[in-house]
Order: sequence, then C-alpha cells, then structure tokens
Amino acid sequence: MREHTVLRIVTQLVVAPILIFALYVQFHGEYSPGGGFQAGVIFASAIVLYGLIFGVEAARRAIPPTALRIGAALGLLVFGGTGVATMLLGGNFLEYDVLLPKPEKGQHYGLIIIELGVGITVASVMIAIFYVFAGRGRHRDEDEPA
Amino acid sequence: MITHFFNQMPALVVVVPMLAAPLVVLAHRQWAAWLIFVGACWAIFGMAFLLFVEAKIAGQVSYAVGGWAPPFGIQLVIDPFNALVLLLVTGVAALTSLYARASIAAEIVAERGYLVYALLLLCIAGLVGITITGDAFNLFVFLEISSLSSYALIAMGPKRRALLSAFQYLIMGTVGGTFLLIGIGLVFMMTGTLNMADLASRLPPVADTHTVQAALAFIVVGLSLKAALFPLHVWLPNAYTYAPSVVSAFISATATKVAVYAVFRFVFTVFGVDYAFGTLPLGEVLLVLSAIAMIAASLAAIFQTDVKRLLAWSSIAQMGYIVAGFALATPDGISAGLVHLLNHGLIKGALFMAVGALFWRLRGSSINDLAGMGRAMPVTSAAFVVGGLSLIGVPATAGFISKWVLLSALFEAHRYLLVAMLLLASLLSIIYVGRVIEALYFRARPDDVTEHAHGEAPLGMQLATWALIAANIAIGLHATPELGAAQRAAAGLMGGGT
Repeated sequence: MREHTVLRIVTQLVVAPILIFALYVQFHGEYSPGGGFQAGVIFASAIVLYGLIFGVEAARRAIPPTALRIGAALGLLVFGGTGVATMLLGGNFLEYDVLLPKPEKGQHYGLIIIELGVGITVASVMIAIFYVFAGRGRHRDEDEPA
Repeated sequence: MITHFFNQMPALVVVVPMLAAPLVVLAHRQWAAWLIFVGACWAIFGMAFLLFVEAKIAGQVSYAVGGWAPPFGIQLVIDPFNALVLLLVTGVAALTSLYARASIAAEIVAERGYLVYALLLLCIAGLVGITITGDAFNLFVFLEISSLSSYALIAMGPKRRALLSAFQYLIMGTVGGTFLLIGIGLVFMMTGTLNMADLASRLPPVADTHTVQAALAFIVVGLSLKAALFPLHVWLPNAYTYAPSVVSAFISATATKVAVYAVFRFVFTVFGVDYAFGTLPLGEVLLVLSAIAMIAASLAAIFQTDVKRLLAWSSIAQMGYIVAGFALATPDGISAGLVHLLNHGLIKGALFMAVGALFWRLRGSSINDLAGMGRAMPVTSAAFVVGGLSLIGVPATAGFISKWVLLSALFEAHRYLLVAMLLLASLLSIIYVGRVIEALYFRARPDDVTEHAHGEAPLGMQLATWALIAANIAIGLHATPELGAAQRAAAGLMGGGT
C-alpha cells in the first residue's frame, strides 16, 4: 500500500474521527442508537483500517496483543464487578438502584459502566480476531504443532 | 451480612466462575491460573451444596436478577430437580480442578494452559446458568456460553483432528442452538413472556395452535442435539475422542446431562406433562429413539479401537437409558431417569479420568496401547475396572442402582420390550468394557516399550478419579439419600412445575 498516497492520507485523516465517533456511540448509547457493542466494533474498525493500510505490524505496534488480552478480560471484569459491587452494597446482582443515593441516578450510571465494560471487551476481541486472521501465514511456526 | 450472602448464592454460583475466567486470563501464569480455577470450583461446589439443602427445606429458592421482580426480570430458580443437577455439575467441576493441573501440563502447550482454565470456567458458568435459570431466553444465552467455550476447548486437543471435530460440533451445536431460539421465539410470540413459570400458566389457552406445537418440536429437537440423543449424536464420538483428556472428562460428565435436564425442564415445567405426553405423542417418539440408542450405540461401541471413542459411543447408549426413564412420564420413571443422569455423570467422569491418566503415561488411547497396563499402572487400571463394572451395572455400584430403578419403572409401566432392550444393552456393555479390561490385564506389554512407560499418574489425577469411583460405590451401597432426592424432584415436576 506504500504507493497509494490517497489511501494513506485519507486513512490518516479518518482514523481519529472514527475513534471519537466510537466514544460518542459508547457514551451516548442510552439516549440514541448505540451502546457498548456497537461502539466496540466501531473502535475496532478504526484499528482494522489502520492495519489494512499501514500493515498489521504497525497496528500491532500501536495496540499490542498483550493489551488486547488484558482489555478483553478487563471489560468482563468491569461488567461483572459492577454486579458484585451492587451485591456488596446490599442489592441483588446488577441491581443498579443501590449504586447511588437516588435510584434513577444509580440506574443511569450503572448502565454506563457496564456498557463501558462491553465496549472494552468487544473492541479488544474484534481487534484480536483481525490480528489472528491477518497474521495467518506469518506466524505459522508458532501456530502449527509439529 | 451473612444472610445477605446466603440470599445472593443463586447469583454467585454463576458469577464466581464467570468472573474467575477473566481473572485467570489476567493472571496468565499457569500455576496462578490453576489456583484461581481450584478456588472458584470448590467455592461453587460449597454454595451448590448449601443451595441443595435450602431447596430441600424450602421447596424452592428464587432470585430476581437486578432486583426486577419476575416475570419481568430474569429469575433464577433452584428446586429439588435442578438442585441435584447443580450438585453434579459443580461436584464434577471441583474434582476436575484437582485433575486438571497435571493433565493440562502434559497435553497443552504451556503458553496456552491458562486459556484452558479460562474456557473451562466459562463452560462451568454456562452449564450452571442453564441449570438454575428460570427464564427461557436466559437459558439460551447460557447454552451459547457453554457451547462456545466447549467448541474452543475441544479444538485445543493434542491432535490436529481436534480442530475438525470441534468444527463438526460447532455446526451441529449451532443448529441446535438456533432451533432452541426459534422455539423460544414461537412461544414468546404466543404468550409475550419468557419466564418459565409464567409461560406455564399462559401456554394452556393457546396450546392448541400449530405455533405452540412447532415450538415444542423445535425446543426438543434443538436441545436433543446438544444432549446427543440418537439420531442427533453424530458430533459426539469425535468431540470426546479428540478433546484434551480433562475436557472429555468434564464435558462427558456434565454437558449432555445438563442438555437433557433442559429438555425435560421445558417439557415438564413449561409445556406440561399432559400436553407433551397426552395431546402430543412425545413420549412414544422419545421411547423409540432411546431404545434404538441403547442397542445401536452399544453395538457401535463394541467395534471401536480407541478407548475414548468406545466410551463416547457408550455415552450415547446411556443417554438412551436416561431419556427412556424421563419419557415414561411417571413419577418412578422420572426419578429413575434423574438417578441415572447423576450416576452416569459420575461413572463417565471417572472412566474418562482413568483413561486420561493412562493417556498421560502412554500418549495414546487406542485399546492396543493399553496392553498390559494393568501391571504398569495398577491403581489407575483398578479405577477403570470399578468404573466399568458400574457402567455395566454390577451390584454395589451406582450403575446397579440406576438400572434397578429404571427396570422397576419400566415394569410398572408395562414396557416389557424396553426391559428386554435394556437388558440386551447391558449385556453388550459387558462386551465393550470387557475388551478394555482384557487389554489392560490379559495382554503382555509390547517388548519395545522402555522403562519410562511404567509408574502411576500424578496424585491429583488419581485423587479425582478415585473420588468419583468412591462416589459410585457409596451410592451403590447406600442409595437411599439419592433415591429420596430424585423422588422429591419427580414429585415436584409431576405436580405442575416450579
């Protein structure tokens, strides 16, 4: 892709807006269409685009696979941890009412937190899947048992 | 605080393994991953036991997830029926955790070991979730969690064929999951509710429609695929044969059992005995299929050359026994089916663990590989023999209790042809278990085997295997508690549900 100047410049221009749009979909999810899953996919699509144009190695340098492994686990922990927090505060699992003094505020923030967890996990897993597919053939020596 | 903890147990039984999975991924190191795995498994086993006692005393334990009262929110329900299944799943998980360390270290590349623990935890969370949920759609979600993790687990098997078997299972399992979802969608369309107890009260007025009939058909076929009920068993032999030993042991003892539980949870609790077995001929269909399963799969087992594959075919035959009990739709039949569901979990778990221990030493599981191992690994071979006797149904083992109650239930229902089939299948099981025992004890070790092929498997593996064997003998000698619990469960189911 080195010779495709147009693609390279356009990609450089749009990657950042895509990432910001993902954050918008993430945190505006309870008012407009969207939420954690969609935001995660949009976020990952920016990295996939970057990887397609500048090479998987460049994408790997930007977001290393180890970070993805931690991100995938962390997202689930944020979601489940919210549930455990509501239990510790005297409610049932994921009973957001108890998170804050006002139940409706609790529902609001509880939902934002778990959607953040969903977003982190989905983005990490999406990028990880892209790395695996794009990396096939390059890392054959590790993947294939003798 | 302590009562609050007790009230939260139904959720914790699912949440603990589900959150232990990401912790394992973060811990990354194999010994740390294993410690978290052991802790989570034994914690949920303890909680399952407390829940079992609570359900016995109170009759039913209910939990509203998120504080949303049923039927609007997701409800978790533990009654005498699923408390027993919950005990089986968590108990086998707890013993698997002891077994896993040495087995995984021997069969899985070191840097992927933590992934096996994480996937096993997710699979456990899914199976426990299926068992205790009182919500039809939630059951589908948990089924997908357990299925997706088990596809990945099977694909991690030491041979390349494992990938193909996992893919085969993935295709079949996804068809099963989709059928289940279609069925749930149809009943939701007719009633507007997903809570099982609520469905049970809203279905009768619309039961006479093709939509509800189709829904029952889709749900039963979809879940039977996961339960490997003949003729939907095609995925099972390959999946059990090529999976890592610890995965074969855990999944064979739990996954198909939980799927059978789900079939009959829907049939008895949601649709009702009279509808499924009176208005519709589900009972006859299941009895015929289970009779074919007993004979055909036992015959197939006799001709296998690989022990794991032999045990897998035997599992398909045993699913026939379990389903035959439930399909009688009498209190005795249901309790017999439930007793064999539990006992077969203990038997197959023990046998697959013993084979896994032999595999740990031999790096192979064909019957020819086992020649003379009775002398090289006496403790493990003895475990296989006792497990095999239990599978046949020799007195003083759990298998005998299963067959006894199943035969009496069949006699009482005047199903004499099925009695004959069951006895024939038991005779066939003597042949296939006998073939393995013959190889273990009555054949000489090949001359080219070097000294390293002697000596027992690590302590953890033996401990887990013998714990399951001990459970088999304990039930064989004193079955009253198990039979009592199964009868209470059957009475609850016949009484019209949750």
